[in-house]
Amino acid sequence: MSENYVTMAHGSGGLETQKLIDEIFATAFGNKYLSQMEDSTIVDGSHKIALTTDSFVVTPIEFLGGDIGRLCICGTVNDLLMRGATPKYLTCGFIIEEGASIVSLKKIAQSMEATAKEANIFIVAGDTKVVNGKGDIYINTTGVGFIDEKQEELGAKRCEQGDSIIVSGKLGEHHAAILSSRMNIENQIQSDCAPLNHMVMALLREKIQIHAMRDVTRGGLATILKELAVVSQKDFIIGEDSLPVSSTVKDFCGLLGLDPLYMGNEGKMVAVVSKNHAQKALEIIQNSPYGHDAAIIGQVEDGNGKLLMKTSIGGLRNLEVLTGEGLPRIC
Amino acid sequence: MMDLSVIKKYLREYDASDIHIMEVCGSHTAAIRKLGIPSLLSEHIHLISGPGCPVCVTASSYIDKLLQLARAGKCIVTFGDLIRVMGSTSSLSIEKGRGARVEVVYSPFDLVKMAKSEPETTFIFAAIGFETTTPIYALLLEQLLAENINNVQLLTALKTMPPVIEHLCVLGAPINGFLAPGHVSVVTGSDIFLPIAKKYHLPFGVSGFLGDELLTAIYGIVKAKDKGCVMNFYPSVVCAKGNQKAQECVQKYFVKTDAAWRGMGIISDSGLKIREAYSMYDAGSADLMEDKKSNQACRCDEVLMGTIAPTQCPLYKKVCNPLNPQGACMVSSEGSCHAYYTNG
Amino acid sequence: MCVALPGKVIKLNGSDAVIDFNGNQLTAKTGLVEIELGDYCLVHAGCILQKVEADEAKKLAALMEEIEAFT
Repeated sequence: MSENYVTMAHGSGGLETQKLIDEIFATAFGNKYLSQMEDSTIVDGSHKIALTTDSFVVTPIEFLGGDIGRLCICGTVNDLLMRGATPKYLTCGFIIEEGASIVSLKKIAQSMEATAKEANIFIVAGDTKVVNGKGDIYINTTGVGFIDEKQEELGAKRCEQGDSIIVSGKLGEHHAAILSSRMNIENQIQSDCAPLNHMVMALLREKIQIHAMRDVTRGGLATILKELAVVSQKDFIIGEDSLPVSSTVKDFCGLLGLDPLYMGNEGKMVAVVSKNHAQKALEIIQNSPYGHDAAIIGQVEDGNGKLLMKTSIGGLRNLEVLTGEGLPRIC
Repeated sequence: MMDLSVIKKYLREYDASDIHIMEVCGSHTAAIRKLGIPSLLSEHIHLISGPGCPVCVTASSYIDKLLQLARAGKCIVTFGDLIRVMGSTSSLSIEKGRGARVEVVYSPFDLVKMAKSEPETTFIFAAIGFETTTPIYALLLEQLLAENINNVQLLTALKTMPPVIEHLCVLGAPINGFLAPGHVSVVTGSDIFLPIAKKYHLPFGVSGFLGDELLTAIYGIVKAKDKGCVMNFYPSVVCAKGNQKAQECVQKYFVKTDAAWRGMGIISDSGLKIREAYSMYDAGSADLMEDKKSNQACRCDEVLMGTIAPTQCPLYKKVCNPLNPQGACMVSSEGSCHAYYTNG
Repeated sequence: MCVALPGKVIKLNGSDAVIDFNGNQLTAKTGLVEIELGDYCLVHAGCILQKVEADEAKKLAALMEEIEAFT
């Protein structure tokens, strides 16, 4: 494409729009579904399906460990996986502000395609709109996954007394990577943004008794666990010493007065599994891509929806969901 | 050094008369809750959160003034804690949504770069804080002067610890000892608390922020009950006289003034303001003394004084919560009510 | 009240120092403290507040002895 930046003309629906779609999106995403190029795409399948949608507005759009393209695939794929679904098809809608760089857009599209391949999902439909603005890019993705009819539905209500709580890796890395650049703090913290399909598929294949799975995104581990505790009306007890957090993220949080328990990830999950399967589940997760640092962090007990943490000095801390924006604090 | 398990056993089994220890540092409050320290103490040891969170004690008229500046097109630069705090009708967060420019920074020195790159914009730093942070503003003023930067001003609400502690003692708040603020003491030195300790026969324990440091300090304060002494449990960074260079720097640019404490009223000589000679850097900090309660039933003043626990306020968890704070103590994660709410 | 963390001085450049906190690096002002390369120091809001002393254990031990002598 000769131009370097997106202009309002790219949103006209005419020749420029055609060019934008052909040269960027069709080139990057080409597959038998997308190439239908009709008003809607016809796909194969006659399964019980899982559906999810998510919008991505991250700034900056490129960060250490990923970009908005990888993020928008991972977010939707992981949401499907958390219900035990096999990710199949994905649609994407781009809201592009005029002034967005064509080079970035190409990179994002390529990153989306590479991640979709890794996650074994097809990008089957898409849309672009151009709006006034200052060059930002927003993406919405919707995903479809297939669920095995025989598989019991996963959900918070199934958590039982005695279940083990497993987290698939180190906490806070996406949030810390994004905030680092905003706060002028230099480090090598990479976003953990990743599709968890290999990990989840392996757990399902091995018939691990999973009761609930959740993607640990915004709000962080504490928010997700508290929600599970409230819905299941059980107490979730975790141990501070067993939480996987890197020393760099720990100090990053220390500098800004943040708490890794409330920091978002984009490639971590929590699995609540029956106790006698916990060890095997842990091994499967640890042997999967992105699961190396997984740990059993606690267990479910009878109760009334509390999330409690045994602290490093032996105290008991009651945790609630995140309130506010998780902003850096100084005083 | 004493074995922590001995200290923990002592604190768990303590069975003498009830003792009330106040921490006057918001980071102590946050750390105590995060570490679950209350669950490790005997029921006879009570921890009370005092007026140690600068965000919480900032009067509503200060926030109103900040909002007025924001609406007038100035860029407000602040630490993250302040942006949700309500003035009498609005907050920075709300004004930002309406188009005002509000930037959150980690370091006030980020302002220098911003000011240079946008000479036509006036930047206002929301300069709140205690003795720990004031030297940083002094250093910032020094740099603004040296580099002849004229588009930065400070709206100050700077407070000092000893006057408010003494105020609580004069009012007869039921306190048997103070967990003295660690990072304030780095600047002021631990001796600053000695006159009050002696006058009111109260032990002060200067503490760090880790679990073992806090438990050790609480242990020391319990053991020293009724003794007018200052114990420094944070000697890695705190000494008796503090950072004198920082004190001199503050002296040069700031002078004592009366200050309004949210929920507590005006306490004489409990604040600092920019000296007359540097008034061109002051965004109008004088006379921000008014403090309107947004809900008349709010009992933050008593919570801050330690006369009631957050749970005893009729608004607590009913209409007052972190999403809809009615009073100062529910606003910042360092406020007593917020800490109670989120960490039980 | 005041969030501050100890880190190590890894670069000095006039009134600025680069401080490392377990892999996080930021620039802090040196104006309030005399420091040297390799020192550990306490940083608050982009400014060095104090050098971290190495002999704290001794001082603490002495204080604890005093406390044990309280009756």
